[in-house]
Amino acid sequence: MAAKTKFDLKMGSATREAFGKTLVQLGRENKDVVVCDADLSKSTMVHWFAQEFPGRFFTCGIAEANMVAIGAGLASAGKIPFVASFSAFVLTKGFEQLRVTVAYPNVNVKVVGTHSGISIGEDGPSQMSIEDLSLATALPGFTVISPADEVSMAAFVRLAASHDGPVFLRAGRAKVPVVYNPDQQFAIGKAIELIDGSDVTLMAHGLMVAESLRAAEILEAEGISTRVVDVPTIKPLDTGAVAKAARETGAIVVGEEHLVDGGLGVKVAQAVTQSHPCVMEFVGVTTYAESGTPEGLLQKYGMTAANMAAAARRAVARKK
Amino acid sequence: MQTRDISELQDFCKKIRRHIIEMITEAKSGHPGGSLSAVETLAVLYLEVMRHDSKNPQWKERDRFILGKGHACPVLYATMAECGYTPVDQLKTLRKMGSIYQGHPDRRFIPALEASTGSLGQGLSVAIGMGLAARMDGNPSRTYVMLGDGEIQEGQIWEAAMFASFHKLDNIVAIVDYNKIQLDGFVKDIMELEPLADKWRSFGWHVVDADGHDLLALRRAFAEAEATKGKPTVLLAHTIKGKGVSFMENNPKFHGMAPTKDECEKALKELA
Repeated sequence: MAAKTKFDLKMGSATREAFGKTLVQLGRENKDVVVCDADLSKSTMVHWFAQEFPGRFFTCGIAEANMVAIGAGLASAGKIPFVASFSAFVLTKGFEQLRVTVAYPNVNVKVVGTHSGISIGEDGPSQMSIEDLSLATALPGFTVISPADEVSMAAFVRLAASHDGPVFLRAGRAKVPVVYNPDQQFAIGKAIELIDGSDVTLMAHGLMVAESLRAAEILEAEGISTRVVDVPTIKPLDTGAVAKAARETGAIVVGEEHLVDGGLGVKVAQAVTQSHPCVMEFVGVTTYAESGTPEGLLQKYGMTAANMAAAARRAVARKK
Repeated sequence: MQTRDISELQDFCKKIRRHIIEMITEAKSGHPGGSLSAVETLAVLYLEVMRHDSKNPQWKERDRFILGKGHACPVLYATMAECGYTPVDQLKTLRKMGSIYQGHPDRRFIPALEASTGSLGQGLSVAIGMGLAARMDGNPSRTYVMLGDGEIQEGQIWEAAMFASFHKLDNIVAIVDYNKIQLDGFVKDIMELEPLADKWRSFGWHVVDADGHDLLALRRAFAEAEATKGKPTVLLAHTIKGKGVSFMENNPKFHGMAPTKDECEKALKELA
């Protein structure tokens, strides 16, 4: 089993860093990989790609709408463009372009949104992307991925490149714990069961995966047998894993650093009602946050292991 | 550039205009004005300027055309059909369920289209992406994109204009079908664009002004664009909305209104 059996959760790098590093390796292997940037290359970490492949790196200035549609043109002419910016900007300012020039004609553009969620910290709500998954999953044909750690991000950058069709890849600013061993295998559309359990299932993506693992420890100590499932692909959802969790544990808690009004929770609820209705709880953002430290914000806005554990207790109680 | 007899081009244009009138009349909706204004430009591009092969639409070195102002698709459909890309006898299925001739250009139905358009302001950016890819590959392919005058009120056009000159992209050509009318009325009354040549020049583009119905002038303009190195070229094609049909010319009503059966007959008589 490649997933860690015991989760000591050592701190790793931010998923944006794993994205930037993998992109360089990918660039060495495939000359069709090109990158578009909207004046945030040092933050999205595509600057490493720019240094090594200046002829395949296009500075677009602070003009996200144009950047997305240029990506569509590059892809239509056979390139594999990675179009990167803060998630808060590329999906909102580029949304209509994603709809008409990418999703509707099904063009092979890879959109990367870094600095997702509220854990970007001090910059505050204008830079915090909490609606990006609602927007990306609304686009027919889009594959939407939110990796939990540096290992899974590295794998999904490659999977995104080899996938034929539009992809949205979500990355974070803050360092996150390492969940996976380096030899873990990933696939688009496959959830990964990290811990088995029978009373409740915690489903999460991004940094909430590590929080869910911590929550499972708390719950196990209380005698609640807890399953933890990482759902890196939000669309297409692994409905099999969802149905299995609903059937076998009868309660699902979804945790995500995103608005609860969109994203994974809504998708899982849809899948649950279509397969095996069960008790559900949702942990996520409900409004715009504020400036602060990443840890302080996650605590204040309710996205910690303690919040996952509390939601799991509520869910288990409601089963009876 | 492969030149033809001017009379051949003129006959072609008349045929395209007849198609446009018949297609939109049959559909009972559509955009005749901005289709009629663009006839000569597309004729010169498809018959003389662009290197393309309807038998091999995915030819890697083909020149590409994008209709940014997607609502004028009747002129594009008729021109492509007459060039052998799609069936001429289906043109009158325009806007009908299941037709390949959708209300706005849709690559899912006609794969030979270079882009699905219809939301204004995006075609120039897509053309730029294609131009970048061609330059990277040492591919001689050139990309032409037609913009509506109303369309260039969109902010994205100017993001793209900055980008193309900054990146010295000389393998793309933008054509503004400058017919001076948009949906709600005259451009000067909705959102004036003048001084338009100065705007493009200040964004680093080579600007060519031409009468968009003068076939020789269009031929010269595209030759000048191809000879211009180190910067992109924009052709301001001064045109008349509804050109060729007396009661449609310069009439904002026919931006997005289909002719009646009677109007159709009258128009076809003028285009005989």
